[in-house]
Amino acid sequence: MPLEARNISFRYHKRQPWVLENRSLSLCRGERLALLAPSGYGKTTLALLLSGYLKPTKGQILLDEKPLPQKGVCPVQLIYQHPEKAMNPRWRLKRVLEESGGMQQNILDAFGIEHAWLNRFPGELSGGELQRFCVARALLSGADYLICDEISTMLDVITQAQIWKVILEEGEKRNMGILAVTHNWHLARRIATRIVDLQVSEALARPASPDVYFPR
Amino acid sequence: MNEKKDILLEIHNLSVSFCMYHHGLEQRDLQVISDLHLNVAAGEIVAVAGSSGSGKSLLASAILGILPGNATVRGQLYYKGKELTKERQGQLRGSEIALVPQSVTYLDPRMKVGAQAVGHKRPYPTGKLRSLFQRLCLPEKTERLYPFQLSGGMARRVLVSTALITDAQLVIADEPTPGMGLGQAMEALGMFREMAKDGKAVILITHDIDLAFEFADRVAVFYAGTTVEIAPASDFKRGADALRHPYSKALWKALPQNGFQPIGGFQPYAGNLPKGCLFAPRCPHKTAKCEDSVPAIKEVRGGEVRCHHAT
Amino acid sequence: MKRFNRRTKVVVLTAAMAVILAAVYTAGIFLPGDAVAGSFLNAKKPPSWEQPFGTDALGRDLLMRTLKGLAVSMTIGLAASLISALIAVFVSLAAAAGSKRLDAFVNWVIDLVMSVPHTILVILISFAMGRGVRGLLAGIAATHWCSLARLLRAEVLQLRSQQYIAVSRKLGKTSGWIFAHHLLPHLIPQFFVGLLLLFPHAVLHEASVSFLGFGLPPEQPAIGIILSESMRYISAGMWWQAVLPGLTLVLIVLLVDRLGDNLRMVLDPHSAQE
Repeated sequence: MPLEARNISFRYHKRQPWVLENRSLSLCRGERLALLAPSGYGKTTLALLLSGYLKPTKGQILLDEKPLPQKGVCPVQLIYQHPEKAMNPRWRLKRVLEESGGMQQNILDAFGIEHAWLNRFPGELSGGELQRFCVARALLSGADYLICDEISTMLDVITQAQIWKVILEEGEKRNMGILAVTHNWHLARRIATRIVDLQVSEALARPASPDVYFPR
Repeated sequence: MNEKKDILLEIHNLSVSFCMYHHGLEQRDLQVISDLHLNVAAGEIVAVAGSSGSGKSLLASAILGILPGNATVRGQLYYKGKELTKERQGQLRGSEIALVPQSVTYLDPRMKVGAQAVGHKRPYPTGKLRSLFQRLCLPEKTERLYPFQLSGGMARRVLVSTALITDAQLVIADEPTPGMGLGQAMEALGMFREMAKDGKAVILITHDIDLAFEFADRVAVFYAGTTVEIAPASDFKRGADALRHPYSKALWKALPQNGFQPIGGFQPYAGNLPKGCLFAPRCPHKTAKCEDSVPAIKEVRGGEVRCHHAT
Repeated sequence: MKRFNRRTKVVVLTAAMAVILAAVYTAGIFLPGDAVAGSFLNAKKPPSWEQPFGTDALGRDLLMRTLKGLAVSMTIGLAASLISALIAVFVSLAAAAGSKRLDAFVNWVIDLVMSVPHTILVILISFAMGRGVRGLLAGIAATHWCSLARLLRAEVLQLRSQQYIAVSRKLGKTSGWIFAHHLLPHLIPQFFVGLLLLFPHAVLHEASVSFLGFGLPPEQPAIGIILSESMRYISAGMWWQAVLPGLTLVLIVLLVDRLGDNLRMVLDPHSAQE
């Protein structure tokens, strides 16, 4: 039951060049895929397309052979690079978490989210702490797939390791499909079961092509 | 270790605090940089590494003297052996001390790139700009382009050119690499190495610690607004045991290529700093002494460290 | 005691202004009718301790009359700017949330209304609706919503493109829910500040249109009427009839304007730390 991008092309406007051209990609539940590419290869666009924030100009995004649901909680959740933009600055963090529709103490504990933080506003916490809230919110919504768009690029390595540890553990527990968009080769090797390099591979669906690695 | 070279910039016991509104109308001082210590010699690259909120970018503003009005600065700054006062900062800023800003958003979107790189320099140094752009592998027409027409890599090089054209002796680069692929980052950092070869001093502010120790001569590790360790970059390549401070060791161990092991806890907030060593709450080796007194900077094995127990 | 910081000063000042305005307003409302009764024995007296503003040609105490007039002007100003601000909210929401064509149409209407000088438009509308309070209200309300509508429209458009709104949608929230929980709380302070800044304009327009004779009927003790009457006697050297009520009007208007600015400063997170 994979999340699949089938022959998608995308451009923001008719008169603009293609950002992505005829790409295909699939992500199964329980799989961790790292998408590696330097900037300018449409990584972020692909992440936005897969999670339904953008619609492909050509081709389809399919979840279990059906288009992504338009209403209700989306089973594919995107986590942005900048957590402070992904939450209402006037809301206390408790409310931010509750927007996902549920609260589970064990998830808060896993992320080391302290009770005192719940009554603060996003501006009062650092990026690393806010990113925990964004990931926690996605997990609380009961997502089956997590699309992580450079989520630890702005964080220091200790925080990066802290956050990824929880994502990997929870991902395993819930049998989630995880797509990690990154430019950090070492990080990709560490977290992924499959790595795809957009720079090298033309058709991403070919699992056996030489640019796809299985480090574990 | 660099005693023979001329120390270009010296920073002793720098503290920066902001006067902020707390709850509604209450005002209080938030100390964001405390007892910070750093020196930079001509011809070397010093990387300043640390997590966000450790005061890295504020350091750049403090050196350039462009902190906002509600900031208070204490401590000593020396440039070329003379004290760096407010007036001197104003004179040197943009001529001897230059900043390579973080992103393209620092360029004026309605001004041609060439004119921005040159700034207020008169007469217009056409020849110099041309040769500089050539050196940075920017096509000649770049001069007449607007910022939105540049690709990411070109924009980065244009930003670097704004610092190079000034003949600055000290270049401060604020996070020049995020969002870049390895190749692009290497290329960008290569330009700073070139500058250092020309005898300039470069302060490279970054949170990409692995790139920092690949390219810098020395690495200053910041934590919660203070310098915890200044070590030769080679120590970071040798491994955690060559490092001196428990925080630098933890950073090393958390890198994806060496272990990916996080430590618990969080960096303390300005206004809520521990009394003694700032790292004590998260430190595996802390003792009662660490919680009581702030350790002084001391020399250990060719590096400087702020820890009671460093050996 | 610690020296007051700037924010405290602003808050105290704002509160003081609000109290003064409220005092003027309630004084005007609750003033008994015979306080402005005329007596020909007392007519055309210059300012004195008993009657600081002097009296007019019919012997009415001008201070009392000014207070009463201000209360009338403020009521009309408040009502008109409230209607105007509400129009602005609806129009801007329709423009920002509706189709592109609707947005273009609304922008066209805003340009159209703004291209005609306010005073002329107010006079025309007020005259067409048969003057009086009703005509004035309609005229002022119909002309003052444009700038606030433009501001709010830009604000809504900017908010709608925020990442957290997109996230909210992916978390299964409906457009209505997002509007009520994300957009509206953001717009309410903007609305009140806008309302407060509209108010002085409304009051001035009310006074000027009444002065010109297209607004309130002459028996109403509005500031515009007082000023208009005083014109007949000013050449006879009765300066106080024009100067003192006029000055009071200017002061009140300035006070409200400052109040709006201060409120914006306290509410706006960007200027709050200055």
